[in-house]
Amino acid sequence: MFPGNFEYVRAGNLKEALTLLSGEDCKALAGGHSLIPLLKQRLAQPAKLVDISGLDELKGVTVEAGKARVGALTTHRELAASEALQGAAQVLSEAASKVGDPQVRNRGTLGGNIAHADPASDLPAVLLALDAEVSIVGPNGSRSTKADGFFSGLMDTDLAENEVISHVEFSSLGAGDASAYCKFEHPASGYAICGAAAVIRGSEVRLAFNGVAAVPFLASAVGDSLSGSDLSDAAIDSALSALEHDDPLSDLHASAEYRLHLAKVYGGRALRAARDRRG
Amino acid sequence: MSVFGASIKRREDPALITGKGKYTDDLVRPGMCFAAIVRSPHAHARIMSIDTSEAATAPGVIAVFTGQDLVRGEAGGVVPTCWLLPNLVTPDHPILAKDLVRHVGDGVAVVVAENRYQAHDAAELVEVDYDPLDAVTDVVAALEPGAPQVHAEAEGNLAFDWDLGDKEKTEAAFSQAAHTVSVDLRNSRLIPHAVEPRGALAEWDDAKGELTVWVTSQNPHVHRLLMTLASIGLPEHKIRVIAPEVGGGFGSKIHHYPDEAIAAWCAMNTGRPVKWVATRSETNLTDAHGRDHASHAEMALDAEGRIIGLKVETKAAMGAYLSTFAPSVPTYLYGTLLSGQYDIPAIHVRTLGAFTHTTPVDAYRGAGRPEATFLIERIMDLGAAKMGLDPGDFRRKNFIAPDAFPYATQVALEYDSGNYGPALDRALEMVGYQALRDEQAERRKSGDGKLLGIGLSTFIEACGLAPSQVVGSLGAQAGLWESAKVRVHPTGTITVYSGSSGHGQGHETTFAQIVADRLAVDVDQVEVVQGDTREVQFGMGTYGSRSAAVGGSAISEAVDKVIAKGKKIAAHLLEASPDDIVFEDGAFHVQGVPAKTQAWGDVVLQAYLAHNYPDDLEPGLEETAFYNPANFTYPFGAHIAVVEIDRDTGHVELRQYACCDDVGNVINPMIVEGQVHGGLAQGIGQALWEEAVYDDYGQLLTGTLMDYALPRAHMLPSFDTDRTVTPCPHNPLGVKGVGEAGTIASPAAVTNAVVDALSTFGVEHLDMPLTSEKVWRAMNQSGNGQG
Repeated sequence: MFPGNFEYVRAGNLKEALTLLSGEDCKALAGGHSLIPLLKQRLAQPAKLVDISGLDELKGVTVEAGKARVGALTTHRELAASEALQGAAQVLSEAASKVGDPQVRNRGTLGGNIAHADPASDLPAVLLALDAEVSIVGPNGSRSTKADGFFSGLMDTDLAENEVISHVEFSSLGAGDASAYCKFEHPASGYAICGAAAVIRGSEVRLAFNGVAAVPFLASAVGDSLSGSDLSDAAIDSALSALEHDDPLSDLHASAEYRLHLAKVYGGRALRAARDRRG
Repeated sequence: MSVFGASIKRREDPALITGKGKYTDDLVRPGMCFAAIVRSPHAHARIMSIDTSEAATAPGVIAVFTGQDLVRGEAGGVVPTCWLLPNLVTPDHPILAKDLVRHVGDGVAVVVAENRYQAHDAAELVEVDYDPLDAVTDVVAALEPGAPQVHAEAEGNLAFDWDLGDKEKTEAAFSQAAHTVSVDLRNSRLIPHAVEPRGALAEWDDAKGELTVWVTSQNPHVHRLLMTLASIGLPEHKIRVIAPEVGGGFGSKIHHYPDEAIAAWCAMNTGRPVKWVATRSETNLTDAHGRDHASHAEMALDAEGRIIGLKVETKAAMGAYLSTFAPSVPTYLYGTLLSGQYDIPAIHVRTLGAFTHTTPVDAYRGAGRPEATFLIERIMDLGAAKMGLDPGDFRRKNFIAPDAFPYATQVALEYDSGNYGPALDRALEMVGYQALRDEQAERRKSGDGKLLGIGLSTFIEACGLAPSQVVGSLGAQAGLWESAKVRVHPTGTITVYSGSSGHGQGHETTFAQIVADRLAVDVDQVEVVQGDTREVQFGMGTYGSRSAAVGGSAISEAVDKVIAKGKKIAAHLLEASPDDIVFEDGAFHVQGVPAKTQAWGDVVLQAYLAHNYPDDLEPGLEETAFYNPANFTYPFGAHIAVVEIDRDTGHVELRQYACCDDVGNVINPMIVEGQVHGGLAQGIGQALWEEAVYDDYGQLLTGTLMDYALPRAHMLPSFDTDRTVTPCPHNPLGVKGVGEAGTIASPAAVTNAVVDALSTFGVEHLDMPLTSEKVWRAMNQSGNGQG
């Protein structure tokens, strides 16, 4: 496929990137694995691409003083291979290792992934389960928003056109905590028909899904009923039996009914995997 | 060790795997420009008007043409159907639509521009005013009263109503049956997905009045002939068609599509070489699709479980137009195979071909034979269940006996040879059949672990297409012989010109092996040329697993002629009678007098020097053979799939796959195994993942590889393959063909395995693809069965 005409500019630093992005009809380009396919299908035809992939200040994982900070330009491959994340948030590494194929993981970035907000994408549920904050920079400075409020609709987020995600931050998991990501993927795209991210932090349990609905969601009732429980199979099954969603996706690949069923199965698998990983 | 039968490495591969292969899109001609075809977004619509003015003035645009321009031009302007059935309705297929579009992707205009970006940009500026009409995409719905009409001349969307076999005899068999079983099944629509998209590069030489077209073709001479007769109209000797490296076809590059004719027309009308290459999305919308049947089948059994009758009624989608060989696929390439490996005394099959507002359907790897095999192998399992027999035992009970060959089926074929028991025995042994059944029983008892299913497919195919008189009597508008020319150069090296046209099969290697073996020369002394109508005498091309059996036999016969002439030269040199000369181990000598010998090289050289030479013999050493096969060939085999099903999700995992094929003598075992592996992946893909799905408006919902699931390496087990060898008795090489075997056998094996796993839920049949949700629903809709 052949994209329409566009200008291409490579930003040298974040400030320059923000200036460039304040222009008319611009799109930020990072790994390109969401945007370029849209361009090739002419579903997106921006006038200018601002390449931010060279901005080192938006890269890398640091875990310090109970806080994990992941730069928006960190690739899936780097997330999957990060030793620091194995302890701080195994669920993030695990989900990143299941994104696409090696080429996608080598180029695609955390920031690009969540900015694109494909409902079947793997990382959004992880950020919800981790109760992460998404930090955003724009012409008027920086701000941050809870992941739960960041994803606002089908492929829609809280991000304004002239803003860039700088990083994602969350409290790192400690000893006795655990997390897991389990995914039922579509055989063609590898995207999640149902992805379940479970985080057990002390006595608190958080479970979130992508692929099931237009917007990734936190299964709060399930988490609440399991928080403080013994996390036995029976407790997990019982909590999940009440799982509901008022508007699951239904398409060629899976009906709403099947998606909800998968959410119960994969939610259970993620919770059990996390439970069994606790020290 | 003989070079025939040796797993020598493919000589094609070093160039191909290092990126040095020259495919159509790699070719550059001076002044070359690019075409982009404007395609209909509607499945059915009237073209009210087309405004090309904005596109015509866009940057880089050289010309814009519509269907009306092509009508005014010199081109014939249609692509034809080349297999005619009785009462076949053959509506015109114009290379650009004129008044109506009949499927999403139907071409309505073409933009020629300096580069492909400009061509695609300008194509978006062509304004077509459509009046959308109701569409029908489902083959069953298309044949129902009141369905939207695809062509005015095809009432009720019926393209043909064809039958084969003895209806009365079959009805009589059913009236005597102790048991009957029946099934309604679909054979899902598939998109071929050759790795290289289709493309064409056309160049017009105004001074000579000659057209050259490089095109992704499996049969360049056929393309040239059809351009002469139908789409372009230039004399045959003024068209040169070249198939450069071709990256797979699976049948999709047999057909003459509008697109190469459009490129040719643009070149002739702009004076510039014009290249058109499909985007991947464009291939999915326009490559002829495969399969798409809806069938009802019934089988009659006697009290002992012997099959006494089979009747089948199939509705087969043709799509919006009749593609090149489309009418043959659900008829003579399908109905003729419904006897399978079984001695069935009465068979009747009826096929209704239906137009639908979809991409045309034509031959796709296996072409009719996978559809037949899927049906017969599915109903065999139902028969086994009805009789309470193991599916292997039930099949064995009904096999044609090894001493019954040649065996005339009730559906027009004469199987020349076969011995089905040993292949089944071997396949059962390879999977460890009894242990699997024990494991299955254990799991069913305990309820632990995944559901286990085992599926058999004992298949036969007719390939090596085909005896020309036979296919002529059935409606083919061409003979299906093959040609070869063997040119021996003065220094003894050899060039073979084959009418086959390989596109990944390894002909350059295997054909050289045939010649090297016969003439006892080093295989590197033999070069193979194919795929160029100027270099190669007329040939029929590569499809239907025909190249070794027909193309290879033609080479063998040309070599016979070379040897015969060599004997005359040697006889002259040895002062003996040609009748007394034998050719052995690369030398000519007088029979019984090994000392009186002439080396190959000396005889060859003398053929060109002609200094010491028979008076009545022409110089030179170059012979051509046109080989017309006496019959089809009949490869067969036994395939067994073992699946595990996740009880919670319905997800099917193929745990094991074993097959024992009989493809006759084998020229290159490595290449044969590669063909089996690829064929299996393709057939398993249909069983588990692949399907072209249209919505009610005729939009292709699985138009990209994000939605259409092709098999990938990690989704497949390591295949376990073996062979028995029953040589073909009627061709000089004893070869049968292997290109389609895996694709023909495996959909039934996998489906049978899944249905076997689900049998405790009362499931008797599921249609492909066996998606997780479909399997999950089957487990949950059947009530209280347990796995």
